[in-house]
Amino acid sequence: MYMKGTAARMGVMKRVSLVFKAKANKALDKMEDPRETLDYSYQRQLELLTKVRRGVADVATSRKRVELQMNQLQQSANKLEDQARKALSMGREDLAREALARKSSAQSQLNDLQAQYAQLQAEEEKLTVASQRLQAKVDAFRTRKETIKATYTAAEAQTRINEAFSGISEEMGDVGMAIQRAEDKTAQMQARAGAIDELMASGALDDLGGHRDDIQSELDMISSGSDVESELARLKGELTASQRKQIEGSGANGGPQAAQAQQPQQAQQAQQPQQAQQPGPYAPPAPQYTPPQQPQQAEQYQPTQAGLPVADLPGLGGEPQDGDG
Amino acid sequence: MIVRILGEGQFRVDDDVAAELNQLDTELESAVEHSDEDKFTTALASLLAQVRAQGAPLPADILEASDLILPHEDSSMDEVRKLLTDEGLIPG
Repeated sequence: MYMKGTAARMGVMKRVSLVFKAKANKALDKMEDPRETLDYSYQRQLELLTKVRRGVADVATSRKRVELQMNQLQQSANKLEDQARKALSMGREDLAREALARKSSAQSQLNDLQAQYAQLQAEEEKLTVASQRLQAKVDAFRTRKETIKATYTAAEAQTRINEAFSGISEEMGDVGMAIQRAEDKTAQMQARAGAIDELMASGALDDLGGHRDDIQSELDMISSGSDVESELARLKGELTASQRKQIEGSGANGGPQAAQAQQPQQAQQAQQPQQAQQPGPYAPPAPQYTPPQQPQQAEQYQPTQAGLPVADLPGLGGEPQDGDG
Repeated sequence: MIVRILGEGQFRVDDDVAAELNQLDTELESAVEHSDEDKFTTALASLLAQVRAQGAPLPADILEASDLILPHEDSSMDEVRKLLTDEGLIPG
């Protein structure tokens, strides 16, 4: 274009404004009667207004979808933690581990979504403001258009039309880019939301009664191993505290096999004030345990001798199973 | 003089601020030419901050083309490069 050669000394700001002006001029040149340009441009402005409003609505829809997913993930995470607590109370450290692995996976998805949610919100706000600004400009253009048509002949009108036209076309270019950006962000978000939906459907983030996806769970366990350890330590701490309170109860259910994984957690446990005075996390001799709260929910686990069938659990039992989404 | 920040709107800026803006703009341009991402980010941020601080937002119902146009705040260097070509990012 004509800016080549001088471009190096012109600076970014000037060059960009020239690019915008060139676009406007190109559109103007196509019109035979400059006054036609006004009507044609006005139509395009109205179309763009519709488009930007639709853009705002699309971003809002996408944001709401993410919101919904965040709620679901949060519920999953809460439920999995409850399950881990119960599993541990029944001496099923293996199940607790599995539940915490899934919780960790749900939690990391949740953190990701939160960041993207904030981006979408910002995009929605920007687009809303852009839509209001464009509306004001379009109104101003319509007034100016009517004045020009009423006052000037085609020949006389040219300069005024050019002024109005380049003003509005710059705004339209800006808004058009804003819509494009919002669409890109929304598309990314949709893809991500779709992936999370799939992940949820696969059961990888489900509570332990739900569907199963062995591979995902195993992957989760590998990647979230350290989360699991620290979470496990925390829950054990809670359990120990509550066992101490209820030490006079009766029943014999729980623990010896849970003691396997105690060593790595001891350091973390020491950070928690309520059990800092205890040497070990699990108070090994405490044989009896009464579930701390909501005992009726324990039924989900069918705490019979079988407990949850270990073979059905991903990564814990024998042969892998395909998830049935 | 009217300056537009893309995605943000137009500002009226005194002409004597222009020299300062041009200085920053030169840095921005050289950053783009040398693919210096850090310098690019800093120069763009100062340029935008300067326009916001020194300029008065133009009322939305005023229809005027801008003398200078600045990329939007979180533009990448690549986006700015495309913006500088006539078939770049601007739709229509």
